[in-house]
This record gives sequence, C-alpha cells and structure tokens, in this order.
Amino acid sequence: MTQPLVAIRSVSKNFGEFQALNHVSLDVWAGEVLCLIGASGSGKTTLLRCINQLTQVDSGGIWLDGELLGVREEGGRLHRLTERHIARQRLKTGMVFQRFNLFPHRTALENITEGPVQVQRRSREDAREEAMELLARVGLAAKADAYPSQLSGGQQQRVAIARALAMKPMLMLFDEPTSALDPELVGEVLTVMKELARSGMTMMVVTHELGFAREVADTVVYMDHGAIVESGPAAEVLGKPREVRTQSFLSAVI
Amino acid sequence: MRAAPTLAGGFPDISEMTVARQVHWQRWLAAAAILVVLAAIGRAFVNGQIEWTYVSRFLTAKVILEGITNTMVMAVLAMALGIVLGVVVAIMRLSSNPVLASVAAGYTWLFRGTPLILQLLLWFNLALVFPTIGIPGLWSARAVDVMTPFLSALLGLGINQGAYTSEVMRAGMLSVDVGQYEAAQAIGMGRLRALRRIILPQAMRVVIPPLGNEFIGMVKATSLASVIQYPEVLHNAENIYYANSRVIELLIVAGSWYLLVVSILTPLQMLLERRFARGTLQITR
Repeated sequence: MTQPLVAIRSVSKNFGEFQALNHVSLDVWAGEVLCLIGASGSGKTTLLRCINQLTQVDSGGIWLDGELLGVREEGGRLHRLTERHIARQRLKTGMVFQRFNLFPHRTALENITEGPVQVQRRSREDAREEAMELLARVGLAAKADAYPSQLSGGQQQRVAIARALAMKPMLMLFDEPTSALDPELVGEVLTVMKELARSGMTMMVVTHELGFAREVADTVVYMDHGAIVESGPAAEVLGKPREVRTQSFLSAVI
Repeated sequence: MRAAPTLAGGFPDISEMTVARQVHWQRWLAAAAILVVLAAIGRAFVNGQIEWTYVSRFLTAKVILEGITNTMVMAVLAMALGIVLGVVVAIMRLSSNPVLASVAAGYTWLFRGTPLILQLLLWFNLALVFPTIGIPGLWSARAVDVMTPFLSALLGLGINQGAYTSEVMRAGMLSVDVGQYEAAQAIGMGRLRALRRIILPQAMRVVIPPLGNEFIGMVKATSLASVIQYPEVLHNAENIYYANSRVIELLIVAGSWYLLVVSILTPLQMLLERRFARGTLQITR
C-alpha cells in the first residue's frame, strides 16, 4: 500500500463568514474505518460532503484513488470539471445521509436498483438480483416491495446503506447515520455497519456513537472549529486523549 | 404485590352512561331557509320568459355538439402545450444559468401581465405585423393563411397557460426536499436525470390539484376564443341566438355543457391523484 485511498490536503471551506473547514489535511487508507467526532459545527459533515462533492471546496484538494476531485490542473491553474465528470467521480463513493433520503415514490428494491439501472446501465434483472442480495445482507429481504413510508427509521437507513452499496463504491461515507433514529433502532443500523467494516470496506463515519467508534474504528479524528485537533488509533484518542479540547469534549459527551 | 392507592371520593360513577343524541335545530332551520330561497328562484324561472323546449331542443343540436367537441379539443391541446412549456420554463427558472433563469422570468412576466383576450387578438391579427412568416430560404407562407382561428387560439391559450403552469410546476419542485436531489447526486445522477426520475415524480403529487384547477379554468377560457371566430360551444350558441333570438335558452344550453364537462373532470383528477400517490401513506396494503 503506497498511496492512501483518500488524501485530503489543506482543504478550506467558508459559508459566508463562517469558516467550516480550515486547512484540513488527512489520509484515509484502503480498508480503514475512520470515525469523525466533534461538536456540531466543527466541520465533520462538511468534510464528508466535500469528498463526494455535494459541497465544493474553496481551496486545497482532495484526491480519491489518485484522482483529484472536482478540478483539473492545467498550466498552473485549476479548471472545474464538467458535471458529467463529477458525477462519474461520485460513483467511487457511497453516501448515507442522516435523514436517509430514500426516494419515497419507489419501493425499497426500486430505491436500490435505481442507480445501477439508470446510471450504470446494468440490466434490470442483474440489478434486481443483486439488490435482493443486498437487502438480505442488511436483513430486509422481506421488505423488498415496501415503500419507505411503510418502514421504520432503522429499516429505512438499512435500505439506504444497501442503495449506496449497490453502486459498488470504494469508499462509504456515513453522515451521522443514527442521529435521526429512535434509541431502540440505533443498534440494528450499527450492526449492519459493523458487518460492513469487517468485510473490509473503507469507511468514513461522522458519528456521536463513541461506543461504535471504540469498537469498530481503526482511527478516530476529533475536529473542532473546522480543524483536526487530534487523530490517531481509536483506543488512544478515546482512551487517553493528548489534547485538552479532546479531553473536555469526551468528558462532556460521556 | 402493590396495594392500589385510594382515590378521592365525591366523583359520581358515569362509566355506564351513554352520550345522548344531539338535536341540531340550527341545521334544520338553515335547510328550511335554503329550500324557501330555492323554491322562489325555481318559481321565477318557471314563470319567467324562458321557452324550455328550446333548451331541450338545442341541448343536443349538431352545432352545439360540434361546439363542445371543439371546446374540449382546444382545452386538451392548449393545456398540453401549457404543461410542456410550464415544465421547461420552471426548470429554466430554477437553473443556475442566469440567462435561462431571466428568460423564464421574462416570459412569465409578459404572458401573465397581459389579458388573455388581448393575447388571442394579437395572435389572430399577426398578419397585420408580419404579412408573411416562415424560415428564410426554407419555407414561407402568408400569415393570414397560417394564423387560422384554431392555431391562434391554440397558441394564445397554450402560451398563456404555460406562464401560469410554470409557477405551479416551480412550486411543486421546490416542495421536494433538497435531500432527495442530494441522494440522486450521490448515486451518480446528473441534474436532468435527477429531475426526471426523482424530483418531477414527487412534484407531480403536489402539482395535480392546482393543475386540475388550471384545466377547469382552461375549459372555460376557451370561450374567449369566440372573439377570434373559433367555433367552440359558446361561439356556436351565440350564432344560433343571433338567428332565433332565444338568448337565455342558448346560454343555458352552453352553460349546461360546461357544467357537465367540469363534473366529469373532477373524478378523473382523483384517479390521477391516486396514481401519483405511490409511496405515501394513503395506499397501504
């Protein structure tokens, strides 16, 4: 392994006056499970959204699988890529949203096959078959024909994970996947994510579930005010944090 | 086992009593009053100078049936044109391209800002401005021949409708959660595919009731095309009463047809709404 799967170099992003990201640099290696923790407004979600380009960075660069995202360098200047090109780059990442964002007019199965059939032009039968396997993997084979409104939050989020996996991404991004769930539904989603981590998927997870981070994450990154304060092995950052700010955040959360 | 706590006394046991049926005397009073008014109106019409035989004779006259057919053909075609224009203009209006967005805004401003009857007259009299129209070098024709009452009415009604429909469509698209668009992007969809596959189908659900409204409006707006000689039902009814002077009788004939058409449209709209309600809680199996 010579090159990280994701290389983030000096990325900054402002929303008006608010500085969401301030010269953030980070490596994510293939197979790594990385948890981003920190107070709300600390930039974790923005960082995730920059990786699949739902948000454009103001300066700095993100390389995914060796390819610079969103722009191309030519003659010492950066040129924006076409929308088509960006859409193709997005296919390398799968995104799971806090509010699930399932398509309400499509069944669970149709939610999963939409991307493979419409975007990747795979045959309907193949996509269907694979979607059924994915539904089985997240424990929802029986709910294939249910509409999102007929599913619980936990079930919807598991379908959303299957929908992202159907595109065969190299990297899975989770944006607070359990924050919108009732407490008793959090476990089933985390179980699916743990299984995914064990299967070797590279994952970046924005989360408040420190138990999950402790158990599953290889690396934990603590962010504050748009910058990375501390990062390292989960046991170290969560167990004996070096920075004062990390210590006070952790003691406030637990 | 825990002992039940003792409850305070002084509250009678009403658990076996039933609720007595209420007498809604106000409803009976209102109904009676309205019956009296209706009877008075009915009596006025019976004693008034209306020859009901003319109404029944002309209700199914060939010219009237042709008129209502023309009315419906025009309403459907102009509405179709209006919806196509409306979708395109709404997408332009929401586009990040400032040229497209301002062209769309200008179109809506122009065609919503002038009376429909004026626009119909303009289209019909286009020949006064451009005696010949066509594509240079390929095709040309005299405008008087091209701008028939049918085409003038279609363009006038359809383009005007497009301006209103675009706002209805825009409202529908804005009603779809932004997360839906992001989720579509996240699975690699481009802007137009996301619109077609994800945003518009969800917007349709919101848009059908106001569009039904607009279509009913359109059925009646076709009557304005009588001023440019389009043979719709009101125009034909007018032609008959110019000849036989049974003005009110023929207006009642035309009015009855409009009412009948609108009564049929309402249940059709409900069917359409059900079709687009997929995934909402209204349909559970």
